[in-house]
Amino acid sequence: MKSIYLLVVLAPLLGAAVAGLAGHVIGRNNAHRLTVGAVAISALLSLFVLYQHVWGGVGPFNETIYRWASVGALNFEVGFLVDRLTALMMVVVTSVSLAVHVYTIGYMHDDPGYQRFFSYINLFTFSMLMLVMANNFLQLFFGWEAVGLVSYLLIGFWYRKETAIVANLKAFLVNRVGDFGFLLGIAAVLMYYKSLDYAEVFAAATAAPTMTLSIFGTEALVATVGALLLFIGAMGKSAQVPLHVWLPDSMEGPTPISALIHAATMVTAGIFLVARMSPIFELSETALSVVLVLGAITALFMGLVGLVQTDIKRVIAYSTLSQLGYMFVALGASAYAAGVFHLMTHAFFKALLFLGAGAVIIALHHEQDMRKMGNLRRYLPMTHITMLLGTLALVGTPFFSGYYSKDVIIEAVHAADRFGAQFAWWAVLLGVFITALYSFRLYFLVFWGEERLDPKAKAHITHLPRYVLPVMQWPLVALAIPSVVIGYLTIEPMLFGDFFANSIVVNPANDVLAKKGADFHGPFAFGLHAAVNPAFWLTVAGAATAWFFYIYRPQWLPAINQRAAGLVWVLKHQYGFDALYRVVFAGGGRWIGQALWRGGDQRVIDGLIVNGTARTIGRVAGALRGVQSGYLYHYAFVMIVGLLLLLTLFVGSWRGWF
Amino acid sequence: MIEKVIFYVFAAILLGAAILVITARNPVHSALSLVLVFFTSAALWLLAEAEFLGIALVLVYVGAVMVLFLFVVMMLDINTAVLREGFARYLPLGALVGVVMVLQMLLVLGSGEVDLAGLGSEAAAGTTGNNVRLIGSVLYTVYVYPFELAAMVLLLAIIAAIMLTHRRRGGTKHQNINSQVRTRKEDRLRMVNMPSERRNDS
Amino acid sequence: MLALSDYLVLSALLFSIGMAGIFLNRKNAIVLLMSIELILLAVNFNFIAFSHFLGDIHGQVFVFFILTVAAAESAIGLAILVVLFRNRDTINVGDLDSMKG
Repeated sequence: MKSIYLLVVLAPLLGAAVAGLAGHVIGRNNAHRLTVGAVAISALLSLFVLYQHVWGGVGPFNETIYRWASVGALNFEVGFLVDRLTALMMVVVTSVSLAVHVYTIGYMHDDPGYQRFFSYINLFTFSMLMLVMANNFLQLFFGWEAVGLVSYLLIGFWYRKETAIVANLKAFLVNRVGDFGFLLGIAAVLMYYKSLDYAEVFAAATAAPTMTLSIFGTEALVATVGALLLFIGAMGKSAQVPLHVWLPDSMEGPTPISALIHAATMVTAGIFLVARMSPIFELSETALSVVLVLGAITALFMGLVGLVQTDIKRVIAYSTLSQLGYMFVALGASAYAAGVFHLMTHAFFKALLFLGAGAVIIALHHEQDMRKMGNLRRYLPMTHITMLLGTLALVGTPFFSGYYSKDVIIEAVHAADRFGAQFAWWAVLLGVFITALYSFRLYFLVFWGEERLDPKAKAHITHLPRYVLPVMQWPLVALAIPSVVIGYLTIEPMLFGDFFANSIVVNPANDVLAKKGADFHGPFAFGLHAAVNPAFWLTVAGAATAWFFYIYRPQWLPAINQRAAGLVWVLKHQYGFDALYRVVFAGGGRWIGQALWRGGDQRVIDGLIVNGTARTIGRVAGALRGVQSGYLYHYAFVMIVGLLLLLTLFVGSWRGWF
Repeated sequence: MIEKVIFYVFAAILLGAAILVITARNPVHSALSLVLVFFTSAALWLLAEAEFLGIALVLVYVGAVMVLFLFVVMMLDINTAVLREGFARYLPLGALVGVVMVLQMLLVLGSGEVDLAGLGSEAAAGTTGNNVRLIGSVLYTVYVYPFELAAMVLLLAIIAAIMLTHRRRGGTKHQNINSQVRTRKEDRLRMVNMPSERRNDS
Repeated sequence: MLALSDYLVLSALLFSIGMAGIFLNRKNAIVLLMSIELILLAVNFNFIAFSHFLGDIHGQVFVFFILTVAAAESAIGLAILVVLFRNRDTINVGDLDSMKG
């Protein structure tokens, strides 16, 4: 099995290296053949690994592959921990990645950076696999930073576009904030649990659940501090309030990237992290409450922002934020399995939505404004169908995958009796309505209603080259299938069976899923249960509202916008997070930088120390230069005076003059 | 008593001549005064039973160094008026420096720290006997290396003085051994191809 | 009887005259050299005197070395003077300021 794991990881790395370094040598076609092949190998092997773990009776694999360095008792290693959680993540990552790879062949067809793009996404696949397969914090951090790097590179893929550069810089900087917390968390873990290895850390943590540490004189549980710091890292990567600001801007990157990195996989690294760290988080009620509340805030309020966006990708981006909030709510309610379950279903339908949006954008010749779309189902029937399926999955239509995962989260939160659980329940419940509203708003604006196309976009879509779309459509279909059925198929083993066995640890007192498990009578019954479920009716209400305002009575909209102008303004400005950060952090940083530059660097270091030294030496030398008259008798004079003084001193000391 | 008289007479001449050295308008006079200084010094040294050094001073300094001085002074066409400018201006300062120095040195001597009385016996055994033999017995045993070094210093001085003053006049004919040795055949030999002439015998 | 102090006072006077000579003849390089000879002579006087009154011959050996070095010094000094005069047409120390900083 070890060689298989290695192959899963290294195949994309090899592809990335070859396509990146020798891209121009092997040409465009070979580049995509190579990279797609590499990811296909990874995906197939991942499926095989998952099969082996679930049905083949293979136990968890936890081994060190390579020892990088050894410092005292501390080892820096590269190692794999492959259990069912990891195997599931591997399958999600590689399969979505494969779909995106294939889709990219069409999407990036005319782009000059074709090979570079494939190299990057292959590198991303490698990094993400390293992240999920890590068996220690160092490798986790490596993967964490590597996906961040690739994300940065890909957001700024079109590096001549200024907004893209600003966006990737922003993503990088905001992620640094999270990574700072993450690094501190790792340091705390290392300091108190004396290891970087997951197994040893978890053993140490569970052995001493009440260990405390003192911060600024306040006693706190080590588990709480460590978990919160790690969660800050997760917040950065998974774009939770208040570190969410980079994700909407990351839509400046090519759409396949939005699908792969900023919807399906990388942003879920935070979810995976918390699930992986469940033994630590379970020790701290406080940390879980924080996760719960922040997740709930993100889920509700970011969904609201999605209502006023006009850029098709940004709507989906805010939807992603909101859905990530749902996952964190699940984690915060100790329903880790539900969080991971939603992660999986979300990966499929959100990637599907993004790829669909990408197909629309390409068809309209890079038009992203939904106000200039409408009635596109005539032109893009396949995209229309698949996106409808994705939307239905997202809003939680019974029997679709999203229904199962989201409903379980709502139920789990309802059952949890943690601080903030009540608030979170209301937030996620309301979030369901919002989700349905913005999802169907997007769907109706794009595919129904009257046609509002630009002439140029119109010309493009009617003369669409036939060869582009098929290669972009198959991934849509391939993703649509799991988007629809995967929830139905996997809910029972994953949530109420013992699928995750030992990979996720839940304190029995907190185990809300086990409580809910008693009421679970199979996925079909769960689907039928929708009829008496408030969440379902909220979905219907949301969809109906969207239909009412965007299809039935679109002329009422301006009036409503006018009435709620204040609210719309707040939403359009995303509650002022961006402005706040721009003024306080960016502005403050610039101000401090300016002050240090002017005062510290120019005045003190340059002026006083560097040039000041030179100037002082110059001045002293100038003064001394006058002494060097070059005349012999001056030197003789000074010599004699010196001799006299010496003699005076000599005589004086004898005579006791002084 | 006679020694004291001799000492004071010679000392007076010495000081007078020394003052003349530094004040004379003409450098030639200065040099000649310096000769006198050396002569009287030699006499005083003889009084102090340093016969060898006294003779050496006369031979070396008066005979060689001072001749050199005179030679140079006379060889160079010196404008003494320019050289003496500022003399009057600096006379008070120079005198003051000299007086202060003398006073301070006298203070040292009169302080009693140097036990002059105890040394006044003159009866020390080392200085009795043949002065030249005594110096030689030390110079060629204990001080043999410094002696050799002193010889080297003199040699160096000779070479340096010659190197500094040696002047190569233009237009003189001389050998350049270096270029002679480095000569190659091409520099000197030129092969000329000439057609043989027909004899006009027949 | 002569005392050591007689010699020492004489030597001090000679030294001071030499020193004053350096002051007075600021411009004339030849007289400067002569003044240095005076100073050296004063030093030699001290050596001789102490050697005589301490009964120690080593002092005289030292005078011997000083004479040697002084001879070498004046030889080179005069040679430099000649070269100087040849190049500059003067031995005025006041004209020699090429080492001015």
